[in-house]
Amino acid sequence: MRVALFVTCLVDFFRPTIGFAAVKLLEDAGCTVEVPRAQTCCGQPAYNSGDRADAKAIASQVLDAFEGYDHVVAPSGSCAGMIRRHYPELFADEPAALPRAQRLAARSWELVSFLVDICGMQAVTARWDREVTYHDACSGLRELGVKIQPRRLLASVAGLRLRELPGAEVCCGFGGMFCVKYPDISDKMVSDKEAEIVATGAEAVLAGDLGCLLNIAGKLHRRGQRIEVRHVAEVLAGTTEDVPPIGAPR
Amino acid sequence: MLATSRTFEANARAGLANDNLQRALALMRSGFPERRRLAVERLPEFEALREIGKSIKDHTLEHLDFYLELFEENVLASGGRVHWARTPDEARAAVLEICRSVDARIVTKGKSMIAEEVGLNEFLEKNGITPVETDLGEYIIQLRHEPPSHLIAPAIHLMKEQVADTFRAEHRTLDPGRSLAEARQLCDEARAVLRPQFLAADVGITGANFLVAETGSSIIVTNEGNGDLTQTLPRVHIVMTSLEKLVPTFEDAATMLRLLARSATGQEFSAYTTVSTGPRRPGDLDGPEQYHVVLLDNGRSQLLGGEFQDMLRCIRCSACMNHCPVYAAVGGHAYGWVYSGPMGAVLTPSLLGVAEAGHLPNASTFCGRCEEVCPVKIPLPKMMRHWREREFTEKLNPPVYRAGLFLWAWVARRPAFYHALVELAGRALGWLGRGRGRFRMLPLASGWTAVRDMPAPEGRSFHSLWAARQKGGAAK
Repeated sequence: MRVALFVTCLVDFFRPTIGFAAVKLLEDAGCTVEVPRAQTCCGQPAYNSGDRADAKAIASQVLDAFEGYDHVVAPSGSCAGMIRRHYPELFADEPAALPRAQRLAARSWELVSFLVDICGMQAVTARWDREVTYHDACSGLRELGVKIQPRRLLASVAGLRLRELPGAEVCCGFGGMFCVKYPDISDKMVSDKEAEIVATGAEAVLAGDLGCLLNIAGKLHRRGQRIEVRHVAEVLAGTTEDVPPIGAPR
Repeated sequence: MLATSRTFEANARAGLANDNLQRALALMRSGFPERRRLAVERLPEFEALREIGKSIKDHTLEHLDFYLELFEENVLASGGRVHWARTPDEARAAVLEICRSVDARIVTKGKSMIAEEVGLNEFLEKNGITPVETDLGEYIIQLRHEPPSHLIAPAIHLMKEQVADTFRAEHRTLDPGRSLAEARQLCDEARAVLRPQFLAADVGITGANFLVAETGSSIIVTNEGNGDLTQTLPRVHIVMTSLEKLVPTFEDAATMLRLLARSATGQEFSAYTTVSTGPRRPGDLDGPEQYHVVLLDNGRSQLLGGEFQDMLRCIRCSACMNHCPVYAAVGGHAYGWVYSGPMGAVLTPSLLGVAEAGHLPNASTFCGRCEEVCPVKIPLPKMMRHWREREFTEKLNPPVYRAGLFLWAWVARRPAFYHALVELAGRALGWLGRGRGRFRMLPLASGWTAVRDMPAPEGRSFHSLWAARQKGGAAK
């Protein structure tokens, strides 16, 4: 399968390790991975700010860049959800672009659900000796149904024990621009999340979206907590040795 | 009532700093969602029921003119009257006229959000009529001169100790030494105080959860029985409601009721479900002599056929706010008007305008939990996004936000330039943050760093590393 990686703007800028972990996992699953250079962002910041024109312009760029691949995979439920659920709506009034948007939507996936649901991956070979907890990032969970797939693969990681987070399905307060537009509310939400993570007693917290992870890591560090924060792909690919956890010193 | 949605940010900060509110919200967060979850689990066909509920409402809205006329016809046939009110002014005037025609001095009220929407209590008081709220929560906030903070639990922002203080301050003829430590004692006291009011009232005003077109009936659900006393004891019963409460048949209403209680309180059915069809008939043992329905539009008909029509499916169950992390953080008063939470974030701009209420649809992370639990599948995040589109088109966002967005979009549309910029910024920030791995402060990112650290980027961007790796691979 020829798979194009949608790197996502956050992974590209903050944490390329996640992108390389995604490439490794996809290759392990038998995919040929390519990374179209003409990609930047999925357009979600514009779309959710009510700026449809810019959202469309950026989305059109994505349509062009990802034409012709069997699948498009992103290590983010948020960006994959944008393409899968929102592109068809964004182009609903443009008969020329709509079929292309629909075709792209139908073959775009969040990384872990792609590995499990499409590639049929049952287990990984990684080892990580940690008690971990897992936060279900909202878009992946509710737009794409990503819930059991990461748990299934994490269960196969040698040495890893999962302690479920009681409010795993409650938003962490990131929400893209929300966290800087309404910092006080976002602070309350991520503080509640931090308290719940700490209460699990886990040594590490994982999720499938870097936006949430930056928010959670930022709060944990501000509170002086030493809980490791990592993208689930780093753990599944066994690349945790390559870089320190998110926000930790090198 | 006067809206304060414009100052949502300040309202929210006040809510976050209010310890009693935060304690009350913590109780709510753990209560409602769990009860709903259990109720839904007990009903395997709940998902199918949501779809049916949605289609009943969609069908009614598609043919609203027909069903409204049918409803009025049947109200008239049962001996009642319908008062069409385009605006809050017209609704208030209709109520006042009815009250004056029977020389009313005391009016008891069951819960009605429409009465809140048109600010009825204040208006009646100004006109020498005493409104008495009889729903416990409404009664409490009436004593405290506060607006409701929740659709079905208007005093949910209060702890019972605060209610006890309010009762002590207001019920001055009662023994000051009495105990009000238990919720039961508070209920008993409110009950004792309200009982004579039910008997003294000349007019009873209730809301309606549903209006049934085929019979001209109004239906209310309560858990306290106050609605029944409000509508059967006085000589006149006024139903204050709005046009989207309509369903075609009793069968439809039954379906909606099955969705409503489960979504709202996690009950299979509310304790009281009361149907009113016209005034007392000859031979009836009780009931009012007059039955009036004041049917408010207040801009709702303008939503028909547009991008917000789906909002008119709302049955006011409160599931969206019960599951909303933003509501749970700031409480209902932050929204600054009658409706709060996700449904308020969509409805309030529809009724007050996006210039007044623009913050509400913005103050959402689009986490999607509201849409997930909505019994009639209203795409609430999508509609909040529509409001953001209106706001953007009308250039109502702060100029600095628009400029930032413009700049970002301009760069994002030029991949080569974008990649160069990301590489440059990533390397610079990665180098600056190499020691600690994060920043406590960053220029232009104070909204972020005020409350949390900003993790430092690794350094080189993925695309530059990937390009290098491809080159290396090709060289081998």
